Amino acid sequence: MKYMLLIYHDEPSWDAITEADRQEVYLEYRKLREELTSRGQFITGSQLQPIATATSVRVRDGKELVTDGPFAETHEQLGGYFLVEAANLDEATAIAARIPSARTGTVEVRPLVETAAEATA
Amino acid sequence: MANSSLEQVFREEYGRIIATLIRISGSFDLAEEALQDAFIAAVSKWEAEGSPDNPGAWLTTVAHRKLLDALRRDKTRTDKQAELTYEANRLQPYVEPELFEDVVEYPDDRLRLIFTCCHPSLTREAQVALTLRTLGGLTTTEIAHAFLVPETTLAQRLVRAKQKIRLAGIPYDIPSLERLADRLAAVQAVIYLIFNEGYAASVGQSLIRNELCAEAIRLGRVLCELLPGEPENLGLLALMVLQDSRRDARVNDQGELVTLEEQDRSLWNAAEIEEGVNLVQKALRLRRVGSYQLQAAIAAVHAEAKIADETDWRQIVALYEELMRITASPIVALNHAAAVAMAEGCERGLALIDAVGAGGALQNYYLFHASRADLLRRLHRYDEAATAYEIALSLTTNHVEQQYIRRRLAARD
Repeated sequence: MKYMLLIYHDEPSWDAITEADRQEVYLEYRKLREELTSRGQFITGSQLQPIATATSVRVRDGKELVTDGPFAETHEQLGGYFLVEAANLDEATAIAARIPSARTGTVEVRPLVETAAEATA
Repeated sequence: MANSSLEQVFREEYGRIIATLIRISGSFDLAEEALQDAFIAAVSKWEAEGSPDNPGAWLTTVAHRKLLDALRRDKTRTDKQAELTYEANRLQPYVEPELFEDVVEYPDDRLRLIFTCCHPSLTREAQVALTLRTLGGLTTTEIAHAFLVPETTLAQRLVRAKQKIRLAGIPYDIPSLERLADRLAAVQAVIYLIFNEGYAASVGQSLIRNELCAEAIRLGRVLCELLPGEPENLGLLALMVLQDSRRDARVNDQGELVTLEEQDRSLWNAAEIEEGVNLVQKALRLRRVGSYQLQAAIAAVHAEAKIADETDWRQIVALYEELMRITASPIVALNHAAAVAMAEGCERGLALIDAVGAGGALQNYYLFHASRADLLRRLHRYDEAATAYEIALSLTTNHVEQQYIRRRLAARD
């Protein structure tokens, strides 16, 4: 099965850490990514630019509305994602638990909707 | 075969058979349907020809055949229905048994089932409902009545839980070794919650809903049977059996709550006490102490006192201290304070209770105020006791508990 691992973290505290600490976290991410790739479980993934760069698009009554934001009320923001292949939820959560940001933020694990054609492929 | 014993067989065999059918089909719904069909087949066949030597194995074999029929039917529809394709793909490889034989030997899959039902990605409510429905074999109606929720609510809860298992890919398996301890704790928590829901109903008129207690004890026995080397499984079963032993003494003829101190101990169930005490000893010999074992040990000390005055409070205090060491809970600290009051005097106990209360965590807990009130009463500080009883009264929704406090307020002795 395919799982999306959505990584939420507190941006201000991520910004506040030292450059050396940041490089260490990046290194850890790289290692995890390499390991998942070597096992054929890594599909894609990336860090996202901060929430300040976000733009929201809505179409209402055929009219396109483009605005700044969203400005989430929650203290954690979506900061990146992994798309992985895992046998089941336990395997997916085990990967999620190894994402460095899981120690300070939250990783949401969501299965992808798999169509019949893909499932039988 | 009479209908009641047929029902009894179904109930006893339900969990084991459904566990096997889920493993084979990868689907809770298909398994339920197949088992239902097998039960219907059994009713007519057994009434006509008498029940087979091994009813459980007979039912499993027939249900397995029904399941294979249903799967074949589904496979022909597969192209049109994505969902069924998905189900078919989830089928785990298995060796098709020799269904020509009358009876086939199946491995026990109940451990997979219980860990799936109590998976942490399901809400506690869903875990409880699913455990009672599948492993316990209770009907949706029975569970809804036991938990005083509308049947539609409960049915929907079950549908959503099964859907999540399927869509999120919750494995039908025993957890890996590094997760086993946490996951086992969740299973124990679900079983104990079912017991407590039956023992001290949080809402409603009846203090004890016996069926839930009996079902929780039955599930506790299954867990001990499946994982006998886990001392906390034994501890949990011991705790439930010992609490259950006081059932008849706990509420009087008027349906009023009777405190441990005032209970007629001749009404305690001697067989259950003996079983509970033996289980505690067996668990403690495994030398991996845990909170269920300690709570059971405390219950055992109470059980061994023929009259309330003979209670070995010092031992109980020592056990609570051990319990506080492994679980930092204000409720445990409250119980410890109450035990200290009995062992060393009410003044000392009250000081400890007030120290626990200073943390603020128990301000809305009715037993905190009731315990304080009880000690104040014993210290003849009646006005303060009355105030504490009033607060306690405002915090409980249980009719029987409310009556108990009202009697205390009226007595003023």
